[in-house]
Amino acid sequence: MDLRPSGDQQQLTEAFSDLYGDLVTPETVRAAEPIGHQPSLWNRLVETGAVDMAVSAEDEGGAASLLDLALVAERHGRCLAPAPLVEAQVAARLLARLPGACPEAALEAVLAGESLVTIAVRPPSGGTAGLVPAGAVADQALVLDGDRLLLVPLAGRAELVRNLASLPLADVALSDGDPVVLEGPEAVGLFRHALDEWRVLTAAALSGLASAALEIGVAYVKERRAFGQPVGAFQSVAHRLADRACEVDGLELLAREAAWAADADPGRFAELAAMALGFAADTARDVTYDALHFHGGYGFMLEYPIQLYFRRARGWAAVLEEPAASFRAVTGRADGAP
Amino acid sequence: MDFGLGERSERLRAETRAFLDEVLTEELLQECHRSGVNHHPRFSKAVSERGWLALGWPIELGGQGRSPLELLAHNEELQRRNAPTYGIGTTMMVAQVIALLGEPGLKELIIPRALAAEIVIALGFTEPENGSDAAAAATRAVRDGDGWTITGSKMFTTNAHIADYVFLLARTDPEAPKHRGLTTFLVPMNQPGVEIQAVRTLSGERTNITFYNDVRVGDDLRIGEVDGGWKVMGAALAREHSGGFVGEQQRLLTDLLAWAQETTGPDGRHRIEDPAVTERIGRIRTEIEVSLLLQRRGAWLGSEGLEVRGKGSMAKLFSTERLERQAAAVLELTGPDALRSRDEPTALRDGGFEYAVRHAKGTTIYAGTSEIQRDIIAQHALGLPRPT
Repeated sequence: MDLRPSGDQQQLTEAFSDLYGDLVTPETVRAAEPIGHQPSLWNRLVETGAVDMAVSAEDEGGAASLLDLALVAERHGRCLAPAPLVEAQVAARLLARLPGACPEAALEAVLAGESLVTIAVRPPSGGTAGLVPAGAVADQALVLDGDRLLLVPLAGRAELVRNLASLPLADVALSDGDPVVLEGPEAVGLFRHALDEWRVLTAAALSGLASAALEIGVAYVKERRAFGQPVGAFQSVAHRLADRACEVDGLELLAREAAWAADADPGRFAELAAMALGFAADTARDVTYDALHFHGGYGFMLEYPIQLYFRRARGWAAVLEEPAASFRAVTGRADGAP
Repeated sequence: MDFGLGERSERLRAETRAFLDEVLTEELLQECHRSGVNHHPRFSKAVSERGWLALGWPIELGGQGRSPLELLAHNEELQRRNAPTYGIGTTMMVAQVIALLGEPGLKELIIPRALAAEIVIALGFTEPENGSDAAAAATRAVRDGDGWTITGSKMFTTNAHIADYVFLLARTDPEAPKHRGLTTFLVPMNQPGVEIQAVRTLSGERTNITFYNDVRVGDDLRIGEVDGGWKVMGAALAREHSGGFVGEQQRLLTDLLAWAQETTGPDGRHRIEDPAVTERIGRIRTEIEVSLLLQRRGAWLGSEGLEVRGKGSMAKLFSTERLERQAAAVLELTGPDALRSRDEPTALRDGGFEYAVRHAKGTTIYAGTSEIQRDIIAQHALGLPRPT
């Protein structure tokens, strides 16, 4: 067992911390609302190779493991970075696994920085892919319609749906002319694996979000005084934050373990991915609730950054599924033996 | 990063499983259940003969010098199978404190017999008037010639009725600040002035209240320095606080899965097809995974010589609080038949669901209440100010 990121992983996360530190502040996060997209940040991420690194070396990328990507997603989540990094990485990895010329060309355009491809995480219903993550800013979306995997062009078809989490979500009406890139069980299997990668990276992003929200809450209750002492000296406050600290630490371990399992323990990957997303959604919800609540009235003001965390904590995982659905997926895939 | 416990740990885990398959018979578990005592001499002897009572001790002290991660893999299996290890745990914890801080004569008296599973040592910290605030102990030890006279009472001295000794925290200087006037002793149980009364608990486990009326203890049975008892306690409690409660969750899950597969609902479908049941199973599996991860992190930090304080408490707090919630949720999910008690032929899963509710309650109280764990986490992991 070794819970320390490797030297390379530390360098990687430091590089991304620096990048986010330079470009993202609560003010830029606010300024990017309601669409939730900061083009200057996205361009920098693409230039830095944040999407290239997601695909393996033979596809000319930087060959990062899912665990490497999860560590980056934590940094992304910590600052609520308004950029569709997780979707773009997952979509690029899926394109790289697809046979044929059409996905290859699409991936080439992605790696050249000419195109942004996202993934519709939920199955379409009534001919519409609903709330496609990054749909409002992407050029194309991978959509699984039954057992047909489509690469849907979005230009002129995807309107922003304003939402609680200020995410660039869009409803996309499918058309008969949308190109099918793969059909049948293989398409379903590859798409499911991509969804599990999305679950893990979103869990990691929520882990970063939850951890930052806890730090903000803790810093506030150390500073703010009431009845002659710091608010954080009251056990009614301290004890709730202590409960949240267990969950935040547990989430970090679980999301990293799930990402590690992609290569090291593939038999458990899907199960751990579902666990990680369900636990991440619960944890991010609860920690932002308490961190905001312990700000008192100031927490309710739009001026304080904690509300930015509160809203995104409720949106990132819910784009795919509610925690109950994640937890049901754990059972569905496991053999049941403890 | 690597989330595996390593090859050596997994080998020991496999050996432990094989050992438990052979030694931990249904009959032996039934005997423990009937007596309400989480200790069985035949089991302890078998562990001793295997050389596993002091796995983590250095080889020169009679141990095997195993790493914290190997120890954890071994303990995870013992917990999962509900092996009767409480008596072993308290005995070896005190023996280890004696190995660290005891005089040579005391080491000679205790350690070989502890390693041979010939003695049981119970813990005597809590008193009728103080629990979490262990340093408020009022039991007195007064100098008496070359020894000491002890007067007072200790509460929840589990296994005292089968123990050879109680590891007792006593006040030797009532004038000193409370942490500085304490001394620890090893009090032999089989002597005049010691009285033991059974205390029955919600989970069916037997514990005791023990009374000490002018009990004589030689100075050779003192552990650590006079008035230095709090330091000795620190060495002992460091071990108690860092464990999680995963086995209870795993056994509850096993019962729930079996019930869900065996039982049909009013619509004739198996319970396992009910989304509320599959959701609960998924939640419990997730909470087991997180409990294991927090527990393993504690062991890993220990093996790296890194600070565990605060983080060790997270494993205990998270695992026990979630266990309580799981037990309550499962009792509601499984319906009225879950109320039928163990030993009733009509009980569901041998009464495992109603038992879980009773047993879980204790886990958030003993070995440091949830409130104590939260104080430790708030101060040491979050850096919050101490409550005033």
